[in-house]
Amino acid sequence: MPAVKHASDPILVAEGVQRHFGGVAAVDVELLEVPRGQITALIGPNGAGKTTLFNCLTGFDSANAGKWSFDGEPMQNVDRHRVARRGMVRTFQLTRVLGRLTVMENMLLGARQSGEKFSRSLFKPLWKADYDEATERAWGLLKRFKLDTKADDHAASLSGGQRKLLEMARALMTQPKLLMLDEPMAGVNPALVQSLLSHITDLRDEGLSILFVEHDMHVVKEISDWVVVMAEGRVVAEGESGPTLANPAVIDAYLGAHHDVDLRAIIREREAGRA
Amino acid sequence: MALLDALLAAGQQILSPVTAAFALAAIGLNIHFGYTGLINFGQAGFVAVGAYGFALSVVWLELPIWLAILIAFAAAAVFAILLGIPTLRLRGDYLAIVTIAAAEIIRYTVNSSLFDDVTGGAQGITNNESQGSDYSSWLNQFNPLGEGRIELGPWVFTGTALWWSIVTWVIVGIVTLLVWLLMRSPWGLTLRGVREDPDAMASLGKFDSGIKLQALILGGVIGAMAGILYVLPSAVSPIDYNSRMTFNLFTIVILGGAATILGPIVGSIVFWTVLVLSEAMITWLVDIGILANFADAPQLRFALVGLALALLIVFRPQGILGNKKEMSFARS
Repeated sequence: MPAVKHASDPILVAEGVQRHFGGVAAVDVELLEVPRGQITALIGPNGAGKTTLFNCLTGFDSANAGKWSFDGEPMQNVDRHRVARRGMVRTFQLTRVLGRLTVMENMLLGARQSGEKFSRSLFKPLWKADYDEATERAWGLLKRFKLDTKADDHAASLSGGQRKLLEMARALMTQPKLLMLDEPMAGVNPALVQSLLSHITDLRDEGLSILFVEHDMHVVKEISDWVVVMAEGRVVAEGESGPTLANPAVIDAYLGAHHDVDLRAIIREREAGRA
Repeated sequence: MALLDALLAAGQQILSPVTAAFALAAIGLNIHFGYTGLINFGQAGFVAVGAYGFALSVVWLELPIWLAILIAFAAAAVFAILLGIPTLRLRGDYLAIVTIAAAEIIRYTVNSSLFDDVTGGAQGITNNESQGSDYSSWLNQFNPLGEGRIELGPWVFTGTALWWSIVTWVIVGIVTLLVWLLMRSPWGLTLRGVREDPDAMASLGKFDSGIKLQALILGGVIGAMAGILYVLPSAVSPIDYNSRMTFNLFTIVILGGAATILGPIVGSIVFWTVLVLSEAMITWLVDIGILANFADAPQLRFALVGLALALLIVFRPQGILGNKKEMSFARS
């Protein structure tokens, strides 16, 4: 097993995070570092504990042990909504759009507005400025994610890929410091994947730190700067993307023998076989 | 003409303070169920808390009216907090179970002979100046209409009754305006966001349980206000606050259209009109011998309400004013 590699200037540092379900240790991470201003991929086979770790770090699940700090401040035992307010914002593996609200309303809920306080909500002059600012920001993001024509549609009417885009755009409305994407490409068609990928790299270039869970090795290779490999609840390798993904132990044990085979090549092969 | 009489009675029912009180209680329930997605099966409990909180403060504690109203509101808020804090972090079903039980506890408590001296037990609280137990004559002081007969088209009111109607409906109007202002605000949007998905809201930095608690308190206080309106023109009777009241309120909310501003008002008017008409119809069927005459024949209409609610949910789940398109996205 390779020695621990430290990320320079990590935005998120987690130590000794453990989560047990019954007697099973779903997560048992000694050290996890997420570098600032880079794209970090969290990979590993199904059941490796990636999503459970996500849930623990963001307050959606309670870790049995461990401590972690975000941007220098301790984050364990912080309520999940406070975690998000401090700039650690996650999306979900199964998208959670607010179906009977419009796309624009979904976006507005990502912003923090003074009018969300009951005491200020009755009188529009007390909240209009915030609201207008949030609406303008939402339009900008919707245009960027090519959802502006859908602004008045119910979110439930969007396709699976569009929902992924909306969820990411909505998360950006919170102005996060670290965006945590749980399988952002799952169920998204190849054309959209390409645009999602360029969105993610653009965001990094604007200074956002990104941590994402992904199964598709092509995606991981293409955009990640740093890779963390998990298996059976533990971090088994981490480091800069290129060397880590080239590590034969990682390839054999966790990515499988077909890691480098393009899906399209397999299809072509099968079709050739049939012909 | 039995039919004409029935229609006239139905028309008069529209203006009745009871219709207004049910509209108001339904506005509260609409905030819970329609906007926030909270399944509160104990709205009758909030109405009872308001009715008893107000009447007891005046009659038993002999407090001034304004203080009695505040106490009724505060009691409803405390009731909401007691029910909400343990349940709102859990799945919606738990709130449903706890609220229906809590509403029954309230009703059994005020109904119990143990507290006869205070609550009047099953007799309730009479609202009669001559018996020294009166909580509504203060409002009659402001009655500009006098006590005499007033004719409005074919309808005949006493001045007092018309005054009650005006007061209650004006209050319904004011509350409706306030609810409209709240619901168009970003705060109102957070309620609907929580209805759709509390976890997604939390991931965006919204305190979902806190939002639910605020909604539960607001709708409960409006329910308590409805309780005050409900008992002002009559007496306080514990039997009124049974689960049937809650289910009638749900019928009103769904009939009018959940998560609409005017739905509860339209729902209450249609509900009570149909109830009065169906009572007249049942009486008529008994008269002409199609329906056997039995003591509780008029109660059949509540069986019809149950049937109507079931048919409504199957054939028009969005209600009268609701948005059909939105409804088609309701998760199964």
